[in-house]
Amino acid sequence: MAREITYRDALREALREEMDRDERVFLMGEDIGAYGGSYVVTRGFLEQYGRKRVRDTPISELAIVGLANGAAMGGLRPVVELMTINFSLLAMDQIVNHAAKIHYMFNRQISVPVVIRTASGWGQLGATHSQTFEAWYAHVPGLRVVMPATPKDAKGFLKSAIRGQDPVMFIEHSLIYRNRGEVPDGEYLLPLEGAEVRREGTDVTIVSWSRGYYLALGAAEELARDGIEAEVIDMRVLRPLDIDTVVRSVQKTNRLVIVEESWRTLGMGAEIAAAVQEHAFDYLDAPIARVGSVEVPMPYAKNLERLVIPGKDEVVAAVHELLRRDVAVAR
Amino acid sequence: MTTPDGRQTQGLTLGKDELLHLYRQMVQIRRFEERAAEQYAHGKIGGFLHLYIGEEAVAVGAISAKEPQDHVITHYRDHGYAVALGIDPRLLMAELFGRATGIVGGRGGSMHFADAERKFWGGYAIVAGHLPIAVGLALASQYLEQNYVVLCFFGDGATNNGAFHEALNFASLWKLPVLFICENNQYGMGTHVEYASAVPEMARKAAAYDIPAARVDGQDVLVMRDAVKQALDHCRAGHGPFFLEALTYRFRGHSMADPEAYRSKEEVEQRRREDPIIRFRDKLLAEGVTTAEELDQIDTEVDQQMDEAVRFADESPVPDPATLTEGVYAEPVAAR
Ligand SMILES: Cc1ncc(C[n+]2csc(CCOP(=O)(O)OP(=O)(O)O)c2C)c(N)n1
Ligand SMILES: [Mg+2]
Repeated sequence: MAREITYRDALREALREEMDRDERVFLMGEDIGAYGGSYVVTRGFLEQYGRKRVRDTPISELAIVGLANGAAMGGLRPVVELMTINFSLLAMDQIVNHAAKIHYMFNRQISVPVVIRTASGWGQLGATHSQTFEAWYAHVPGLRVVMPATPKDAKGFLKSAIRGQDPVMFIEHSLIYRNRGEVPDGEYLLPLEGAEVRREGTDVTIVSWSRGYYLALGAAEELARDGIEAEVIDMRVLRPLDIDTVVRSVQKTNRLVIVEESWRTLGMGAEIAAAVQEHAFDYLDAPIARVGSVEVPMPYAKNLERLVIPGKDEVVAAVHELLRRDVAVAR
Repeated sequence: MTTPDGRQTQGLTLGKDELLHLYRQMVQIRRFEERAAEQYAHGKIGGFLHLYIGEEAVAVGAISAKEPQDHVITHYRDHGYAVALGIDPRLLMAELFGRATGIVGGRGGSMHFADAERKFWGGYAIVAGHLPIAVGLALASQYLEQNYVVLCFFGDGATNNGAFHEALNFASLWKLPVLFICENNQYGMGTHVEYASAVPEMARKAAAYDIPAARVDGQDVLVMRDAVKQALDHCRAGHGPFFLEALTYRFRGHSMADPEAYRSKEEVEQRRREDPIIRFRDKLLAEGVTTAEELDQIDTEVDQQMDEAVRFADESPVPDPATLTEGVYAEPVAAR
């Protein structure tokens, strides 16, 4: 049996179940209590669990994550909320120089089971509030980086992240909190690894994650009307990166388009493209295409913002362009 | 300078024109913000919109006290300072509308007004991120012997961020001419000071860095003005930074999306009774400076001015898409 719930409710269920299961799990972040969370994920939690376990914090990102690291080392299970991924930059030192290092550097004596929930997203929020940095975190060994697209993944990943032994960057997206999807009834956990083929196709593989997955899916449906069958892969987890699933798909479709919301330069797409050509060079019938943001700080004006962020149309156009180049090569 | 409870009353030592100017500016901010809220509801403005309603006396009092050469830098709740600096409200409203005629061409929006000509270095949206920048501007003043002071505005919430502490330490260590103006409106988003700051008085934080500080009634425009004047004298005389905590209150939500579950209607109602504009208006009338008719006339003029600002914004063109990639770098880039 399965139920249909929103992405937001999936997160709420995961947090509740884990807090009910384990007294050591607690929440910490800016405006998660009295305000209810900037994206309303923790509304009602303060009333239900009290101030000991739902901790409103000062605007002190570096210290929030630093305290979480220490609390985790001391035996707690902190789940931190950093309002948006833009503000995670203020905590970068604790995430990269501390959380990611301690287990290895101290020869496995100490682990740092911290979950850092944060959100990427945009919507006329301007240059400093519209970014996404999954690629920056995915660069770092020692971090697990997940970016679920569906309610099922959101819930299963969050529960596993809380129970796991490693620091996890858990990146949500402000524009998909209301998306609905099926989740299994009852308790379930999902391993924090593995991409998933969510739509089968033969002509081209479209790879994305988080909100980008919905763009890819929308594009695939539109392409199907023109008789083009796209295979759609949701990467789900960006570190460790499941390249094998992408390679297997490319071996079948011979063409790859990667859709990312961030700038293409040194983005996830660059890594995926490089890894795919290493493993499936002979299978590629066309250069790998990447659809990403225009490389500018995000402008506020709606018409300009729309030009910066890729939409479904850009994905469709990229596929058509790829097929055109493919034909040209064949000739 | 001022009493610790910040309740000093000020004699009306200014001339009538100056007093009415202060009144006009506060009303301008109020009306600008009200129009902005309306236009947000109409979908003409997007993203975040943080209103300054209730805090007008802080910006107007402070900015009226500065010398022309002084610099200003602020956080994202930045409309009030821009209006008080005399920037044409049409350009500000056009910015909120995301139009090419906006003060930063539609690129910044509500949180990022700036006007380099006026040495208004802009509104910054990463809490406390602009404090070290303010200190750097003060370093330039000292280094180049420019005799300007930097007025740096920020909220109570910002004082809990590392950047705040690092900036204050630097400013004091190098005796830099920067005036820190902390608007203590009791909340950082929905978190009350009580849950965010180990000390309820922000001014006490300055003591850790040996920076002289005072708490002032930020709802009284003349108190604010006087306190800032004295503080600027201190900074300009080469004594280093000064820290002013302006006690104020925001009457509206943190942003337009705020359901305000964290505070009671009664609390807001009570604070609204200390409306800085009404207080000043009553004072002007009580002291016989002017008549109600004269003040009403100003209100009407400001109303018309803001109607015109909305009309201008609405009729302005959106930015030309061809300009999208212009200005990422200050110098041309040849590589593709
Ligand atoms: C580093 C950082 N963390 C979090 C935020 C989100 N945020 C925006 S405004 C705000 C509250 C700031 O409160 P305060 O400094 O008191 O200013 P006020 O809004 O009350 O004027 C928060 C948490 C941010 N913009 N930057
Ligand atoms: Mg505040």
